[in-house]
Amino acid sequence: MQPTASAPSAFSPAGLRGSPARRRREQIVKVVFLAAALVSILISVLIVWSLVGGAVGFLQNVVFAQLAENGWYPRRDEFGLLTLIVGSLLVTGIALVVAVPVGLLTAIYLAEYANSRARKIIKPVLEILAGVPSVVLGFFALTWISPVIVQRLNPSSSDFNLAAAGIGVGILTIPLIASISEDSMRAVPRSLREASYGLGARRITTSLRIVVPAALSGIVAAIILGVSRAIGETMVVAVASGGSGGAQFTADPFQPGQTITAAMASLATGTDQVVGSDAAFQSLFFLGLMLFVVTFALNQFGDYFVRRTRLQY
Amino acid sequence: MNVAVPAVGPTELRRSGTDWRGFAFHAILLLALLFSLLILFTLIGDLVSRGLPTLLERGPTFLTSPTSSQAARAGVSQGIFGTVLMAVFVALFAFPIGIMTAIYLEEYAPDNRLTRFINVNIRNLAGVPSVVYGLLGLSIFVIGLAPLTGGRTMIAGGITLAVLVLPIVIITSSEAIRAVPRALREAGYGVGASRWEVTRLLVLPAAAPGILTGTVLSLSRALGETAPLILAGAVLGGFSSGNKSVLEQIFGRYTVLPVTVFDWARKPQADFRELTAAAIVVLLAVTLLANAIAIILRSRTERTW
Repeated sequence: MQPTASAPSAFSPAGLRGSPARRRREQIVKVVFLAAALVSILISVLIVWSLVGGAVGFLQNVVFAQLAENGWYPRRDEFGLLTLIVGSLLVTGIALVVAVPVGLLTAIYLAEYANSRARKIIKPVLEILAGVPSVVLGFFALTWISPVIVQRLNPSSSDFNLAAAGIGVGILTIPLIASISEDSMRAVPRSLREASYGLGARRITTSLRIVVPAALSGIVAAIILGVSRAIGETMVVAVASGGSGGAQFTADPFQPGQTITAAMASLATGTDQVVGSDAAFQSLFFLGLMLFVVTFALNQFGDYFVRRTRLQY
Repeated sequence: MNVAVPAVGPTELRRSGTDWRGFAFHAILLLALLFSLLILFTLIGDLVSRGLPTLLERGPTFLTSPTSSQAARAGVSQGIFGTVLMAVFVALFAFPIGIMTAIYLEEYAPDNRLTRFINVNIRNLAGVPSVVYGLLGLSIFVIGLAPLTGGRTMIAGGITLAVLVLPIVIITSSEAIRAVPRALREAGYGVGASRWEVTRLLVLPAAAPGILTGTVLSLSRALGETAPLILAGAVLGGFSSGNKSVLEQIFGRYTVLPVTVFDWARKPQADFRELTAAAIVVLLAVTLLANAIAIILRSRTERTW
């Protein structure tokens, strides 16, 4: 700043404000960044708007009997929702049976047992596992998990089956559950562990009786968010559980079937020409809305538990 | 009278016998770890051992020929082209908007209801299943904005993917910016820099490695996505790109590597199984490479302030 005779002193409040051009630039930058931040709100509005619009159209076009059919065959106007809901529950349940024990034990190992060298190896492995595209895991579930694991357990199992898809989804969920529960176990204050060791407890006792209970909210959150992730997983099921075009109602995980998400994928592979107010096309949005509401509720619930851990310590 | 004073030393404090329970628990923990490792190695080993022979046998023609209904002639050139273009779209739309949002939230935003709402909203968007983004793409970018995007074109797909990874870019960039110590900013303000100058000259350079890691990770996520693009109009099956220029292809029909994988995985013919594995090897090379770069980048640049 050039001090001239007429200008106010550089050290007066007015002098420190800088040139008008500089202030205008500051304003412009701020407005541009705010606009960018508002894009995310616009996206949410558009998601809800398009889902609700399509779903309402669907409900106007079908009668209740169609929703209670004993199978999901949208091109024949049979929209047996229970088929998809049971399919989703089966796949999610199997996924949890795989992902919760492995994920939690991995988290305990990382938080309580591993030294920094072991962590440096294990964490990237988990991250790479999380980075495997789901369509690849679907192909692996179909061509390896199904023949090598599922059909060995149950020889009468079909090539395409919900069990293999569930195991595949579970594998994809392991890194998520492990990382959230590890974070919550690491948030447990050192003093608790030291008190436990001071009383003569061993590492297993400290891990299972002190750290795990103290980190329980975080572990619950990890499982809930894992459920949400598993329900939303699409391609593993679309590839490995068969049922392209539709699926008969089944509660047997060794049979082909469809989940809410896989039904959407298989419908979309045929939407090429079906753009309009066709009920099959609109059912996509109805399923999407169902999925959105369920995962949204689960995520809120999970976030609540994550916040609780943060408040505790 | 001599009272026997029990000797208390490290040896006496040890419990007698071996700690079988602790030993067993440790073994179980290692087994759980081994499970993840084994799965990853089996997956990569199985797919590579099946895909690599086809890949070697077909040689470069596999990478340069378009999809075909005949396994012997089918290749992944259109998939690779689509995937590269998707990366460009994500970099063009999601990165700038995401990083600007992160800067706004961390450096500019006052702590008011709007800011909190934006924050909550972004966290929610990050949890929306990817297939739902496909519906957004279908109804808004493919159908609603058809005059602009041309319907089921690469543009519609690219914007859908950009929207999908936007929350991830915002969250990782925010974390990187938040990790920059306050002292650095205060030093900047202390010498009379404005907010934008502090952000541009001090905060962003310090946060750059973290932001870069996050963007690369989100890119790898975007390139592996299949479901949203199936909904947002990627082509399953064959289509001809002919001698169209790049620009015509951007405004035309498209496919990406993961969609090619899905398309071939559905085919009942046995020879397509091997071909699918070969396409997966190419896809894994792209996404895992991006992942590995991000992980290495982070471990190289990780610093504690």
